[in-house]
Amino acid sequence: MHRFVQNLGRTALNSFAAIGHISLFSIMAIRWILTPPYYWQQLLRQIIDIGYYSLPVVGLTTLFSGMVLALQSYTGFARFSAEDTVATVVVLSVTRELGPVLAGLMVAGRIGASMAAEIGTMRVTDQIDALETLSTRPMQYLVAPRLVAGTICLPFLVLIGDVIGVFGGYLVGVYRLGFNPSVYLARTLEYLEVSDVTLGLIKAAVFGFLIALMGCYHGYHSGLGAQGVGRATTNAVVSASILILIANYVVTTIFFGG
Amino acid sequence: MAATPKIELAGVTKSFDANHVLKGVNLTVAPQESLVIIGTSGCGKSVLMKCLNGLIRPDTGSVKIEGEEVLDQGRAALEDLRQHFGMTFQFGALFDSLPIWENVTFRLRHQKALGKAAARDIAAQTITQLGLAPSVIDQYPAELSGGMQKRVALARAIVDEPEILLFDEPTSGLDPITGGVIDRLIIDARKRLGATTVTISHDMASVRRIADKVAMLHNGVIIWAGPADNMNESGVPEVHQFVHGLTEGPLTNNWTIYQAGS
Repeated sequence: MHRFVQNLGRTALNSFAAIGHISLFSIMAIRWILTPPYYWQQLLRQIIDIGYYSLPVVGLTTLFSGMVLALQSYTGFARFSAEDTVATVVVLSVTRELGPVLAGLMVAGRIGASMAAEIGTMRVTDQIDALETLSTRPMQYLVAPRLVAGTICLPFLVLIGDVIGVFGGYLVGVYRLGFNPSVYLARTLEYLEVSDVTLGLIKAAVFGFLIALMGCYHGYHSGLGAQGVGRATTNAVVSASILILIANYVVTTIFFGG
Repeated sequence: MAATPKIELAGVTKSFDANHVLKGVNLTVAPQESLVIIGTSGCGKSVLMKCLNGLIRPDTGSVKIEGEEVLDQGRAALEDLRQHFGMTFQFGALFDSLPIWENVTFRLRHQKALGKAAARDIAAQTITQLGLAPSVIDQYPAELSGGMQKRVALARAIVDEPEILLFDEPTSGLDPITGGVIDRLIIDARKRLGATTVTISHDMASVRRIADKVAMLHNGVIIWAGPADNMNESGVPEVHQFVHGLTEGPLTNNWTIYQAGS
């Protein structure tokens, strides 16, 4: 019993310490984002890496999710003769919820892991120390551009993902379920409000920041050797995914009804 | 009156949790002198070197560069001070994501806003001086052999002509011939720049080639320091064992006890 309480206490203290470390890390990172010099080349590289190279995986995920959503909602709504709401359900689900969350989770897997692995490898091979010896602040050179790129790129990815997801629903609705194309499109736009899309984009920006933050934090504090980098990579993906789901609820609650 | 030492350490201590790595290091390096720090693996040589340019902050003690206390400096002043240092790391620490020309001219590009064309020219010129083909500048570190990476790291350290050069095991992992070439390049660069150098090395052939002065770190303190020519007559058993690579002696007594006990 004594040992159980001891372990529980240690876990709680470690968790609080981790939250404190991450908070301090993010405050420092935001400070360096706002302080010159700005590394535009690094920022551009990250934007290409996060934004451009994540497009296929986000596009495919949202396409098939939109298609499945159309099929599932049709099956459900047919039970109480509400099949004509399928288009509305698809567009609202994709823009408000599925687009940002699925894109966030996919990017967390792809980019969070790659950031943690790259920065972690730089840590264990002394490249971060080398940056310091070359009078360059690693937080400013490595972390700040990644956080900015993550926060900028995710909303664009989600916007494109929204369009592709709705298009997936359209394909199934029209070619599989037999909806009239113009009626389906009219239904899609009829109840869609600007706030539905902006809510999704706000979520995406928050998720992008969290993904980059977790990738950079775990990479920056990576343990030694291949095992340390591997652990940092896993922790980055797991913590980013969990934070995305928590932040999703928090942001939705704040904008509930909006 | 004696000239101010270029580098002066007094009572430097550093611990990582319960591991007391440095227990009061005292050391001076004269201007344009080449000091080599020797010692067994894991004795804290790299930690000591990182204390010199502020990469690691000692727990107590004093680190002075040209009489100026490093530990009192704020971050910005420390960054300015580091511009007087060039450093190579044991495994090169070249930036994987950048081509060689950007690696070599990193500080010039970011601190002195050097343009791309000029940076490429300077990189090509510097690596040519170190015996590499100019075409190497467009390659990435992973495409180079270990010896070539060490030369590129050396190029990055000397390109903006620093006053102090720090080399962490510059010949480790290299064959004797390539190691000898790297030593010659270090000696040439030092003479050309008039720089003060501090090198960590296990390679006694290399130590004899590049050192004016040798210091041995053991159990967290400098147990002997003197001219390189006097290494063989130090009268310190640990230095004698290390210099001659003997398996029996005070440095390995603990290992023997451990093996017998286990």
